[in-house]
Amino acid sequence: MSIDSSGTDRRHFLKCMTWAGTAAVWSVAGGIPRGRLIDSAEAATDGFHFVQISDSHLGFDKAANPHTTDTLKEALNGVMALPQRPAFMIHTGDISHLSKPVQFDTGAQLMGATKLTVHTVPGEHDILAENGKSYLNRFGKGSKGDGWYSFDAGGVHFIGLVNVVNQGDNGLGNLGHEQLEWLEDDTEHLSASTPIVVMAHIPLWIVYKDWGWGTADGAQALSYLKRFGSVTVLNGHIHQVLQKVEGHVAFHTARSTAFPQPAPGAAKAPGPMAVPPGDLRHYLGIAKVSLVSSNAPLAIVDTPLAG
Amino acid sequence: MTNIAPPGHRARREVLRVALGAGAGVIATLAMRASRAADANHIAINSFAFTPKLLTVKVGTTVTWTNQDQTIHSIVCPELKLRSTPLDTNDSFSYTFGKAGNYDYICGVHPFMKGQVVVTA
Repeated sequence: MSIDSSGTDRRHFLKCMTWAGTAAVWSVAGGIPRGRLIDSAEAATDGFHFVQISDSHLGFDKAANPHTTDTLKEALNGVMALPQRPAFMIHTGDISHLSKPVQFDTGAQLMGATKLTVHTVPGEHDILAENGKSYLNRFGKGSKGDGWYSFDAGGVHFIGLVNVVNQGDNGLGNLGHEQLEWLEDDTEHLSASTPIVVMAHIPLWIVYKDWGWGTADGAQALSYLKRFGSVTVLNGHIHQVLQKVEGHVAFHTARSTAFPQPAPGAAKAPGPMAVPPGDLRHYLGIAKVSLVSSNAPLAIVDTPLAG
Repeated sequence: MTNIAPPGHRARREVLRVALGAGAGVIATLAMRASRAADANHIAINSFAFTPKLLTVKVGTTVTWTNQDQTIHSIVCPELKLRSTPLDTNDSFSYTFGKAGNYDYICGVHPFMKGQVVVTA
């Protein structure tokens, strides 16, 4: 996919990147990894898989969704109802709306009730108080710096990045020198055939600069990962599904469990978008990410809370 | 929710634009001074923007920001080492400007939101 030169505007291009119920899949043919998009039936697998939820904004109670605790519960029920139990769950940030202890505690309790291991990265709403200590004390055990870390599972190397600290005045996400150095060290000993999954709150690629939907030094992070055959970047922040495959990298943003935001540039400003009450659950949801065993691709299937 | 935009605000902006358009800085200053009586020293945060984006006040004035959006915002002014707590819907934050100068500020949560308070002696 690319922007063609025949006058395709940004809105149209981004719309093209949006699929619900589709998956980005990696396959290796003749030693050349190729990313492509498939439908959810094709992505069905009994192999290693995990679940992504995002942007729960616990404590938010305005018109766009006065019941964010309930919709998180519904999302978690959706996780538990999956035919196969996921290996673990990731939350890509904005667990809380105002970084209040009660909001983090509610999130930890509800996610904990699934009995799944939960790996999180903070959103900007999670570090509003005490320089992020409320978040780190609950969710940052074993992490470095502002909360970054890596681990291995199912033959995949997982990297949790923090791009919500010291954001530049253009509003884009920021990883910073220390974290980038760590990332380079963390990945340099891995074989190029190791599938990589990167988790971060704000999209690592520039989705829409005017709204700060991107990471200023994201390209540098990706430069450390370019030798890998399969890199999957999972983000939140923008409260809608966008997918893009570029070279060896598949980018994916997840739905929120709380409220939708406008499509990039489709409104005067980003922010909670009120939709007719009966429609809200079409905009919220979870994502299941699978490793398709034969040749190490990853498949992502987004499922709204209501079809 | 209280609409805190001062009633004469729009008219003041019109005057300013005309005056600046003519390149007459002195006239602009005078026009602003003449209209300040109606200025409530309030800045609304609405649709991810500060309104007015540029506010001119005298030294010693207390300026109040009120968040009218559904989501949170904050006020960060690096020059003053000023950082408000996150403002939820309808929350306000006030700061008294004690020294003349041009103070650029941003929203700490959405740093692409920018405003300026000009404090005159």
